Amino acid sequence: MNNFWIIFFHTYLNKLKSKSFIITTILSVVLMLLLTNIHHIIDLFNHNDGKEKVAVLDDTGQLYRPFKQQMKTINHKMILIQYKGSEKEAEAAVRKGSYDAMIQLSFTKQQQPKAVAKAKSIADSELFTNLEQGMQQLKTMAAAAKLHLTPEQLQKFYEPVSFKKSALEKNAKTEEQLNQARGIVYVLLFVIYFSVIMYSNMIAMEVATEKTSRVMEILISSVSPIKQMFAKILGIGCLSLTQLAVFLGVGYYSLKSNMEFFKGGFFDVFGFNEIPAATIMYAVIFFILGYFLYATLAAFLGSLVSRIEDVQQMITPMTMLVVAGFMIAMFGLSKPDAPFITITSYIPFFTPMIMFLRVGMLSIPAWQAIIGIAILAATIAFLAIFGAKVYRGGVLMYGKSNSYKDIKKALQLTKNE
Amino acid sequence: MVLMLDHVTKRFGTFTAVNDLSLTIPEHEMFGFLGANGAGKTTTFRMVLGLLDPSDGTITWKGKRLDYSTSHLIGYLPEERGLYPKLKVRDQIVYLARLRGMRKQEALKELAYWLERFKVPEYENKRVEELSKGNQQKIQFIAACIHKPELLILDEPFSGLDPINVELLKAAVLMLKEQGTTIVFSSHQMHHVEEMCEHLCILHRGKPVVQGGLREIKRAFGKKNLIIHADFRLDFLKNFPGVVKAKTTMEGIELQISGEQTAEDILKDIVGRGFIRKFALEEASLNDIFIEKVGDSFE
Repeated sequence: MNNFWIIFFHTYLNKLKSKSFIITTILSVVLMLLLTNIHHIIDLFNHNDGKEKVAVLDDTGQLYRPFKQQMKTINHKMILIQYKGSEKEAEAAVRKGSYDAMIQLSFTKQQQPKAVAKAKSIADSELFTNLEQGMQQLKTMAAAAKLHLTPEQLQKFYEPVSFKKSALEKNAKTEEQLNQARGIVYVLLFVIYFSVIMYSNMIAMEVATEKTSRVMEILISSVSPIKQMFAKILGIGCLSLTQLAVFLGVGYYSLKSNMEFFKGGFFDVFGFNEIPAATIMYAVIFFILGYFLYATLAAFLGSLVSRIEDVQQMITPMTMLVVAGFMIAMFGLSKPDAPFITITSYIPFFTPMIMFLRVGMLSIPAWQAIIGIAILAATIAFLAIFGAKVYRGGVLMYGKSNSYKDIKKALQLTKNE
Repeated sequence: MVLMLDHVTKRFGTFTAVNDLSLTIPEHEMFGFLGANGAGKTTTFRMVLGLLDPSDGTITWKGKRLDYSTSHLIGYLPEERGLYPKLKVRDQIVYLARLRGMRKQEALKELAYWLERFKVPEYENKRVEELSKGNQQKIQFIAACIHKPELLILDEPFSGLDPINVELLKAAVLMLKEQGTTIVFSSHQMHHVEEMCEHLCILHRGKPVVQGGLREIKRAFGKKNLIIHADFRLDFLKNFPGVVKAKTTMEGIELQISGEQTAEDILKDIVGRGFIRKFALEEASLNDIFIEKVGDSFE
């Protein structure tokens, strides 16, 4: 077998079998399963799901009935019971746990309904929100009754205004589409961001480990450093795809089986039901290109350090670039057509995230995406050639210093003077 | 049919690591490379291996330039020992052997043989970080020669080993030589080279100061060592004509003299002065030659 593939499979299989990889993968999968099944879990601990018992002390004698009616429309599971005892007794009952909360209804001086609600703690905000909503409606009803408004008139009053946004540009996305795109782009951006940081880190560590354990010298005496570097980058790349495939598979399956719960909720809004194929395709392209860009950078930076402790320090500027790209992309989510976003999408270090954001959110002409990809590919090619030279010298250097000046030294080492 | 270095020079910026080195190393020979730290030994090896390109000159093996297409013909034990600390010995050796063009089954068979030979068969499934330094060295040696290279380069193979392991490794090196491997090794311990090499080269600040066959080098050096143990004071011999260097010891004196004639003259002079317990004329050791040639820079 060709040496390239020996190194490739060695890197891939060794990482795949490593404890740390297996543990992180399992943990992530567990976390994902937990998140997608969150409603089951909440139910498990929440036996009286929504069936809170609330003691109602009605000082006025008129408010209990209409309040109960209002509450029915807000949360039909809540049980309201008129409490006949004193305020002190009610409080004691809540403390004892016979009731989840108590609410004391009375009139203000202007004959407006008002209420004081008490519970063991005010941590359960949903309960209070529900009660407050009920009171608000009660108050509106009372005020309307004073003005002699019929319920129909009142309804008209609260009817939402009809307001439609529409874009004049031919290919522009509708509001709904834009919201959907935002959700999916947001999630994919996160995936790109995390994977690029994680796997380029892994590469830098891998190279530095081989160098500091001095196994590198034997390796490069049998395989050219350039071949070795790319076999490694490709090996870890495949590892990342394997891990992502596991995540996507589990995530997809788990979501599908829990679809009932998520339906109509934020998932529809975020557009996970119909993910456009083009978006996925661009996500894959930009993920792969982004990975190669940063992996090459990480590999040659890793080749410059002599001690494993210095790896983080060496690749920090690179990590900063990724973070900066992500920040800009986050800003761009709400304003994808800002000129700033357009410009940065052509800067190769940001392209993977920002150009993806643009193709995902806007309907930009294909040539713009292609130019972005071309610039990115050219940068990768340049970095690969330059990086390979640095790598070749870097792996032979064992010094105390760990600075970017070493790049020059490493290049000098490989030069034929 | 040899390893030839033809006017090889390597410069790093303004620093010249190897300066106009020409060497011919015959096949099936053991060649010793001597030099103080920083003399350019490792740089020379790296150039032979193709890790570095010479600034000037050429290096050929059997008339061909060495590159990655010939890497299976070459074995290398680097000065800085290095193996994957977390990998098992077996996985490690198989991986490195496959990179040198071996098949997995072959590599396993050879590994079993070598572990048996080094009396450590139980290490096959141990991780390298669990082994002692000396045992790691054995594994490293196996990694260098498992693929039966034609040319074996050993950079300081015996440093950091106890005497028993040194003997074990020496025997292995000699066996490989018997089998026809050309071996180049470097050391700054003279007696290893003296014991094992027919040809050698002393490198000083990138320049070869002495090179050739061991016997010829000694003969050309001319100077001999004279050791005298006697019951009377020998200090006056320090100024005797023909004495180059003198060192007083507990039992007498050690002299470096310019030739055999001086020894005769000294003997004539001291006979009759008292009882002489020892009068020995010895060939200069490689150590003497090295110190003479490399001088004060060598500690």
